[in-house]
Amino acid sequence: MSVPLDTEPEDEEFEQEKRQLEKNGLHFELSRRRFMQTAGVISAGIAVGLPNVAAAEAPSNTQAITLKVNGQSKALSLDTRTSLLDALRESMELTGSKKGCDHGQCGACTVLIDGRRVNSCLTLAFAAEGSEITTIEGLAKNSDPKDASELHPMQAAFLEHDGYQCGYCTPGQICSAVAAVEEHSRGALSIVSFHTGKTEHPEITDDEIKERMSGNICRCGAYPNIVAAVRAVAGASA
Amino acid sequence: MKSFSYQRATAPEGAIHAGAARGAKFLAGGTNLVDLMKYGVESPTTLVDINHLELKQIVADPEGGVRIGALVRNSDLANHPLIKTQYPLLSQALLSGASPQLRNMATTGGNLMQRTRCYYFTDITFPACNKREPGSGCAAIKGYNRIHAILGQTDKGATNGETCIATNPSDMNVAMAALGARIEVEGPKSKRTIPFAEFHRLPGPTPWLDTTLRPDELIVAVTLPPARFARNAYYLKIRDRNSYAFALISVAAGLELDGGLIKSAGLALGGVALKPWRDTGAEKTLIGQPAGPEAFQRAAGILLQDAKGYEHNAFKIEMAKQGVVRALTLASQGTTEGMQA
Repeated sequence: MSVPLDTEPEDEEFEQEKRQLEKNGLHFELSRRRFMQTAGVISAGIAVGLPNVAAAEAPSNTQAITLKVNGQSKALSLDTRTSLLDALRESMELTGSKKGCDHGQCGACTVLIDGRRVNSCLTLAFAAEGSEITTIEGLAKNSDPKDASELHPMQAAFLEHDGYQCGYCTPGQICSAVAAVEEHSRGALSIVSFHTGKTEHPEITDDEIKERMSGNICRCGAYPNIVAAVRAVAGASA
Repeated sequence: MKSFSYQRATAPEGAIHAGAARGAKFLAGGTNLVDLMKYGVESPTTLVDINHLELKQIVADPEGGVRIGALVRNSDLANHPLIKTQYPLLSQALLSGASPQLRNMATTGGNLMQRTRCYYFTDITFPACNKREPGSGCAAIKGYNRIHAILGQTDKGATNGETCIATNPSDMNVAMAALGARIEVEGPKSKRTIPFAEFHRLPGPTPWLDTTLRPDELIVAVTLPPARFARNAYYLKIRDRNSYAFALISVAAGLELDGGLIKSAGLALGGVALKPWRDTGAEKTLIGQPAGPEAFQRAAGILLQDAKGYEHNAFKIEMAKQGVVRALTLASQGTTEGMQA
């Protein structure tokens, strides 16, 4: 890649653009054309290997943020692009929440925000600031991972009913199941509730559990045991 | 993902002002926008987070009808007592869409703005997509077009700058079209209300435009007229798996019955066009008729009269016709009674 030579008029244009960007509080933004020039310089300078294109394209927009996770607040400095999932895993040493698809299609990243289950991969960390975030690490009363004596009932039920094989989807499954039982207990409906004509406090049948857990994919196919675990907890709390 | 600056709006005026800047986008639930930013399809320079605006109320109109704040989450809307009893068609459509997690995030206003799930739009390694890159052509029209449109598409050939065969993926939108919703929007200088049928666009000559919303306008609410279909409503969704999948076709059917005769009807198709497909002619043909297969088949014929199939989606034409008859039949049997059949 070569560096364009006709830089003089572009510099003027770039300066104007930069002033405009600074006016809008976007000091670090580069124009597309300027990126091509920068990338050209970088790739010319590196014979082998990949330049860090993302960094060259647009320097990170890093800001201070405080996230409250499992009852504890932590002050961080994050790029605005950071998903809540990446913030938990990469900056807070909470690697229980898993990255499966990273596009809201598998549910492995499911966490609770103010008690509601969400996909943390599609939640920007900055959008979650000010909320109470609960991850798999925050469900048990005892935070020591080697102490299984005070597990959340749903964690205990997954153990009891063998609701996993490889375990990768399990933290998301459990967080999702905790919320599913809570939603059912306050009378929330699913499409199965309508299809079975039970639109007033529907019973938590297996069909209801399958529909209400459909946002969590398990590639090992541990579904029957996951349904059994959720049924046990929902039945106990009904 | 391209870098952007993040701003949190605390009042609608501030949000509208910030959102009017070039390159700015509103962030609501983020389930579609953040996803498309990861794919490189969307690249806003500023995200204006509107989640903290007070647009989360569902208020009954004393004259009948209801006003739904733009930031009401899909799961809360579906489960609101007024919606599930008076507008069960909307509850059913919402609960048929996405997953519980996504419905907890997705908002009423955001769902209106949901973009197509055309594979060629989402995957930037395909250079031809008139919706993503105006004038670049359409890779879908001769590609794998199984989930694509059979109605209202623009087909001038794969290399033409107007061709587009994308569909609107929303379930909520199909029910709202059948219910005759209206959309309240606010811009820097004025407010206006857009009838649902005029909000989403067909591709026409400008396939890169999804809606008639102006770049500086914010959706603040959706209003529904007084409920007519509380007792006889059915949302039929046909898809490749029974949950957590987009519709191949869907039908929102609402009937107002007087004895065995149809007094009024609301009918819209999803998964077939770039907007929910509603034909008031199909609804009118039902009025005064006995609720039965003859009238339902006639309505289906009118809705699908201009349908055109492609290599992989021609099956949708017959599926949609039969789906309309089935949804109307189940609706006529009663909102919950029909479903147990």
